[in-house]
Amino acid sequence: MSDMTAAVSGAQRRRIFVNRRTKTILFAALIFFVILGVYLSGALLSDDLIQADFSKKALKPSLEHPFGTDLLGRDMLVRTVKGLSVSISVGMIASSVSAVIALFVGVAAATGRSWLDHFINWVIDLVMGIPHTVLLILISFACGKGLKGVLIGVAVTHWTGLARIIRSEVLQIGSQQYIGVSKKLGHSSWWITVHHILPHMVPQFIIGLILLFPHAIMHESGLTFLGFGLSPEQPAIGIILSESMKYLSSGMWWLAFFPGLMLVVIVLLFDRLGENMKKILDPYSAHE
Amino acid sequence: MRLEARNLGFCYAGGPWILKDVNFSMEEGERVGLVGPSGYGKSTLVKLLAGYLEPCEGEILLDGKPMEKKGVCPVQLICQHPEKAINPRWKMKKVLEESGMYREEVLEALGIEEEWLERYPRELSGGELQRFCVARSLFGGTHFLLADEMSTMLDVITQAQIWNLMLREVEKRKIGLLAVTHNMALADCVCTRTINLAQVNHIKCAEESGCKNGCEYGTV
Amino acid sequence: MKKERMENAPLLKVEDLSVSFHMYDKGLEQYDLKVISNLSLDVKPGEIVAIAGSSGSGKSLLAHAVVGILPENARLTGSITYKGEILDQKKKEAFRGTRIALVPQSIAYLDPLMKVGKQVTGGDRGKEAEISKKEIFKRFHLDEKIEKYYPFQLSGGMARRVLVSTAVISDASLIIADEPTPGLDLEMALEALKVFRELADEGKAVVLITHDIDLAFHIADRIAVFYAGTTVEMAKAEDFLEGAGKLRHPYSKALWQALPQNGFRPIPGFQPYARYLPKGCLFSPRCPHKTKECENDIPMSEIRGGYVRCIHAT
Repeated sequence: MSDMTAAVSGAQRRRIFVNRRTKTILFAALIFFVILGVYLSGALLSDDLIQADFSKKALKPSLEHPFGTDLLGRDMLVRTVKGLSVSISVGMIASSVSAVIALFVGVAAATGRSWLDHFINWVIDLVMGIPHTVLLILISFACGKGLKGVLIGVAVTHWTGLARIIRSEVLQIGSQQYIGVSKKLGHSSWWITVHHILPHMVPQFIIGLILLFPHAIMHESGLTFLGFGLSPEQPAIGIILSESMKYLSSGMWWLAFFPGLMLVVIVLLFDRLGENMKKILDPYSAHE
Repeated sequence: MRLEARNLGFCYAGGPWILKDVNFSMEEGERVGLVGPSGYGKSTLVKLLAGYLEPCEGEILLDGKPMEKKGVCPVQLICQHPEKAINPRWKMKKVLEESGMYREEVLEALGIEEEWLERYPRELSGGELQRFCVARSLFGGTHFLLADEMSTMLDVITQAQIWNLMLREVEKRKIGLLAVTHNMALADCVCTRTINLAQVNHIKCAEESGCKNGCEYGTV
Repeated sequence: MKKERMENAPLLKVEDLSVSFHMYDKGLEQYDLKVISNLSLDVKPGEIVAIAGSSGSGKSLLAHAVVGILPENARLTGSITYKGEILDQKKKEAFRGTRIALVPQSIAYLDPLMKVGKQVTGGDRGKEAEISKKEIFKRFHLDEKIEKYYPFQLSGGMARRVLVSTAVISDASLIIADEPTPGLDLEMALEALKVFRELADEGKAVVLITHDIDLAFHIADRIAVFYAGTTVEMAKAEDFLEGAGKLRHPYSKALWQALPQNGFRPIPGFQPYARYLPKGCLFSPRCPHKTKECENDIPMSEIRGGYVRCIHAT
């Protein structure tokens, strides 16, 4: 009979040696180091490696130049890595700024007076209502394009979604009984926000921040591609892609293919990193 | 000190009256049982008395004066579900520190074990958590304790433990106790007098009028 | 003759059930939190078995294990049989709501976005469902306009009655009621319990999980006393009515004596947390009769027509 009892346990599963949290963390760490590696190599590789060399003009991908070379004879692999590096740092700064804005605005909307809440919701609707790219172009252009324009543009357009999530989360926490108790124990709403509410926001904030990365990077590249972003001297992915447009028809596919692919890979890696962090930090799935 | 409700009326926006023309008063040191059928607004009344809700009509007075909205409240509420009244991310020590009640004598008075302080709420049972809720409400400025079905979710041994501890403290400090309960045997054991809310609450007379406006901000 | 034997066969039989949760400690360490250990219980048709015991003694988890709604990280050993058939997860899901009905503990189990009337009938719009719903609402003193309410508009007591009616309306032969009475006044609580008695008299089996044990004594046939995730005593309800002397386990006696009407005298100490269970008898740290032998595994033994997990019981 005892072996039959084993059949009862539908919820019983084989014990896996490496548990899920370990796997998730290892995976997240791996992604983190890949991204860090790309960033550092881009920043550390000497500019001499992308000096124009007309003897090696427009070479197809080979062992020596895995991503081929462009019309000025520059190695596309080095250019791509350098471009990604710039993209990552732009994305990092812009999404951090965005997430911090989102945190402040979201908490302010949820804990402040009702007119403030209405006003913030109105601003969120306004920012979300205008087509993203148009708004980005306008802001970047108004701020004088270049690195500064892109950073400001991306930073001030991406906070809305996260701000909404944080606002509703704060409202939900704020209606908990222990908040009411805390008030009656004589604590100010500032004290309650700092001690009760903000610690609950940490997971949302980190996940939101990481998931903002891919957006920021994509929009930075898009903006640059359209010519409203980084200047042409900078080795940005957007620049590479927009240059390559001219030569695609002449069969030089590698100019667009590898940089584009690498951009997608980096974006996906960030996305996976965010999802993994979510699994670890979200209390509902934390024990699975 | 005297806790008093005068002509209290309450309803949620658009809803029917839950409380109407409720008059009630109790003195410090008294132990009052609040009984009555389900759905007569017992929980609503204690929430109003403790300031968790704002009355639509009438007023709540402490020694003849309206209660301060800010600052430490002399009327403290202990609810039915202790796990909801404690921040799940806090260690129990911090819960006590929040009200400044992390003191040797308090731990002893309520039978709180030293080792619980380093645990999270989910690692303690309802009865153990409820001790913390009582402990943090028993600071010097508390004059009235309202216990809303405080022990309904607890087993009888824990119930007897917690009430015995609480009665000792309430007696020692001359605190007024208002206990909401369905258990008449418990009310007989704990209270000096009982009030039946069905007799004090006049919602039946008010049914016709209903609550139309003015109570939009009834919730806090 | 055969029919009689069928009737006496338990409808639900739980044998040696253990439930543990696979939890994360700080960092990456995992541990198993054993919340139910070696628990046994059986219910026959036409019978109410009340489960009494402290919170955290695994009462609700037993109910969740039977209907198969334990969380993902729970692991279950032992056997649960329904009419002699072993219940696996698939069968639990198929039987849930049709043959086995659960009256859940809190209003949180109602769909917040569905009107009450619809939840009670389970979306069944037929005439018959309509009529039986009306009857049941009347039986529980629920106003007909409540049908149109959303759960958040109900008071605690009303919600509880709605929850009971959802189970009553289904045609299940086994009803598991998880704390159906707190929040109800005495009259309503008795009414609710009377309904369970009627259901049992119709031939259904009822498992009643409750803190209001004084009410349960009057309504149930047998009482199972749980402590720290295991059954410590299984006795006829009459024994509890007669007093502590008739009871077998020191914990059951303590329960009886802690009732407000029986002296309101609690024993000191606490139920151990599932992670730090004592060796052998789980009650031994609080037990006045503790001896060295209590540290061994204590089996269930039959004494005076009841079952008890104590070597000193007489």
